[in-house]
Amino acid sequence: MKFDLIIVGVGGQGTILASNVIGISAVKEGIPIKAAETHGMAQRGGSVENHVRIGCKYGPLIPKGSADALLGFEPAEAVKHSHFLSRDGVAIINTEKIIPLSTTSKGFKYPDIDYLISEFKRVFKNVITLNAAGLAREAGSIMTVNTVMLGVLTRYLPIKERIIVETITELVPKKLVEVNLRAFEAGRNVVAA
Amino acid sequence: MLERKYMLGNEAVAYGLVEGGVEKAYGYPGTPSSEIMEKLIKLSKQYKFYVEWSVNEKVALENGIGSSWGGKKVAVVMKHVGLNVAADPFMTLSYTGIKGGFVLVVADDPYSHSSQNEQDSRRYASFARIPCLDPSSPQEAKEMASYAFELSEKFKIPVMLRLTTRISHAKSDVKIEDKRSKNSLSKFEKNSSRWVVIPANTRQLVVKLNEKQDSIKEELERSPWNKLELSSSKIGVIASGVSYLYAKEAIDSLNLPVSLLKIGTYPPPRGLVSKLLTHTDKVLVVEELDPVLEEFSAMCAKETNPGVSILGKFTHHTPKSGEFCVDTVKKALSKILGKPFKEINVLSNVKKLLPPRPPVLCPGCPHRATFYAMRKVFGKEAIYPSDIGCYTLGIHMGTVDTCVCMGASITISSGLYKSGDDRDIVCSIGDSTFLHTGIPGLINAVYNKSNIVVVILDNGTTAMTGHQPHPGTGITAQGEKTYKVSFEQIVRGCGVNWVKTINPYDLTESIEIFKRAKKISGVRVIIAKGLCALLERKLSGRRKQFEVTDTCIGCKKCIEFGCPAIIWDGEKAVINEQCLGCGVCAQICPTNSIKIKG
Ligand SMILES: Cc1ncc(C[n+]2csc(CCOP(=O)(O)OP(=O)(O)O)c2C)c(N)n1
Ligand code: SF4
Ligand code: SF4
Repeated sequence: MKFDLIIVGVGGQGTILASNVIGISAVKEGIPIKAAETHGMAQRGGSVENHVRIGCKYGPLIPKGSADALLGFEPAEAVKHSHFLSRDGVAIINTEKIIPLSTTSKGFKYPDIDYLISEFKRVFKNVITLNAAGLAREAGSIMTVNTVMLGVLTRYLPIKERIIVETITELVPKKLVEVNLRAFEAGRNVVAA
Repeated sequence: MLERKYMLGNEAVAYGLVEGGVEKAYGYPGTPSSEIMEKLIKLSKQYKFYVEWSVNEKVALENGIGSSWGGKKVAVVMKHVGLNVAADPFMTLSYTGIKGGFVLVVADDPYSHSSQNEQDSRRYASFARIPCLDPSSPQEAKEMASYAFELSEKFKIPVMLRLTTRISHAKSDVKIEDKRSKNSLSKFEKNSSRWVVIPANTRQLVVKLNEKQDSIKEELERSPWNKLELSSSKIGVIASGVSYLYAKEAIDSLNLPVSLLKIGTYPPPRGLVSKLLTHTDKVLVVEELDPVLEEFSAMCAKETNPGVSILGKFTHHTPKSGEFCVDTVKKALSKILGKPFKEINVLSNVKKLLPPRPPVLCPGCPHRATFYAMRKVFGKEAIYPSDIGCYTLGIHMGTVDTCVCMGASITISSGLYKSGDDRDIVCSIGDSTFLHTGIPGLINAVYNKSNIVVVILDNGTTAMTGHQPHPGTGITAQGEKTYKVSFEQIVRGCGVNWVKTINPYDLTESIEIFKRAKKISGVRVIIAKGLCALLERKLSGRRKQFEVTDTCIGCKKCIEFGCPAIIWDGEKAVINEQCLGCGVCAQICPTNSIKIKG
């Protein structure tokens, strides 16, 4: 079994925690795993791109056009990295934008979100959009966007939901477990079972 | 006990070094290598060994030499460009050789994800005539790290473990063992013919170094890190490091019956390479950065099979720069087979519309406030040489005009002054960078009568690479309290008379000090002392956030400040949840419309 997942977003959004939860859960299930993370400079608010390859015996980078899922923490970033996603793959996209400074200082424009999503849907059949930031705030903290996203993704992962929940509980600070589990549940309910 | 754990390649290397018996570890932070030392620090408590963040890579390597000659197993850890700083001792250490196992871990950065260049450390290993191990995965990196000590002690030579970003920052399930090699070496023994490289001695030492080469090659030829899978096909692939796995995936997915030679050691295994060359008439070499294997294969081909074509960077089958992936290999193989290769291209028209998202200084960052005051006083005309660290992101504020390598801000400023430029020259350098290689440049500036303003950005940490302590923080790598050096004293000791310390979050004061600096000449130093905002949040919790109130007139003055927490909603400014509450925008707002929330 192989499941390639690309997680994209903006430095500071907690994408590494998301890939850690999946990686550690896969190891618990005894599945081999390879991942690649963005560290360093880009973490200061730049584009980040994490590859997670479940059941993989090769290198950590996903070949173009072959990811089974794309987890887009930010809509423009989802588009920017869409070449990794397979035509049959699922895209899960947070619709709340993070406006880069280049729009205020360098005169660039952030395209209309509806336009971005509709273009995305023209190419990919299976696209789920949600306001993950809104759900995270409802759950109690904007910092849980990553857990909301994981909640949605769990529907598609070849890893048991119970294990994912257990790993989240282990990884987040104790006093934030409850908020995170609420966020996870909110994400999980975005797609009907 | 064997355990399977999900971890970074860098953490796997740390476990390998511990299994190999490391007793003294020295390093200086640098992406993508930093997490090796961070993990060693964590493991040092359990396994009782010494880890230090040294002041720079040369200092780290030389400390390592001392400990190794003192009979201890040593690891020295750095990023690729760190080896340039440490190159002087490095190039002679292979002559003298080592006593306690000496493993030099160097992390290269193809595509310069977080670096100023993409030099290939394998060249350095061959330059110094030492063995180099090049892992293809985190697991292999762990095993090589442990084996490197054995190899080093066997030939009394330092061994390089060369990593790349996709090994260091890859994660995978890694098998680790709770075991540790013992050390039975004696203390330092005086022996001037070995440890003192006066010409008479060094002429002997270089002969010995050359004599070792054949036995090293023989040992590596048999090593399990090199593997040849021969097939009946006339096409072969040679690949090294992570590129081996890219090659394997490409070959499997295209379902090709080609022969594949995996290289994990340098000098490369001549026997295996020659065997592949005699079996084939076309060989594709897959390696990131320099054509090291390609040149080696071409040399072997001359002897063994001059008819074989060696394909790679020289023949434009693979790129000469940047990093590789599976598609790089698929494309090259398709070209060799004369088959079409379709680049995947989706949504390219939409992608063109996306605004770029370069990294920026965090909300609340003290560097932004300092740069703002600096620019306000010295204006567009002044020249702003800078250095390497978070503050290089000041490029977006027009306050970073040059950046070459660590320490090159004060020196380039002096050189610009000597070039006869009469504009103000105001350079910036981080606290860690100043201690790393900034000080000699400052002494030189005073000694040789330069006329520049030097701004030391003292944010109390080495922020860019993940907030490591340095001598200005008063804390060691292993968390002990120690002497905290005073930047002001160092600066005065270099001979600078005009030194002022500012609080970057107090704009009025900072602007006043910059104005005073502008009025005088000579070497002037301003120390901007404000804790990194991320570190501050971690240590003291979140500060109260700010908000834009109704009186905002839409003048965009705060937007120009460039804090990512302030956005323009079309009519007025809005501050979002990213605000870290530094309060600088509130001082800039001409209508007093930015206030603490709630
Ligand atoms: C020779 C060398 N070693 C290490 C690095 C990696 N590196 C880049 S910036 C930096 C330090 C930055 O610290 P500091 O000067 O305190 O600035 P800050 O990031 O805290 O603003 C380091 C270690 C490098 N680029 N070159
Ligand atoms: S990490 Fe610290 S020093 Fe670096 S940009 Fe952020 S606040 Fe500034
Ligand atoms: S107070 Fe203003 S400048 Fe400081 S972090 Fe908040 S929004 Fe940014």
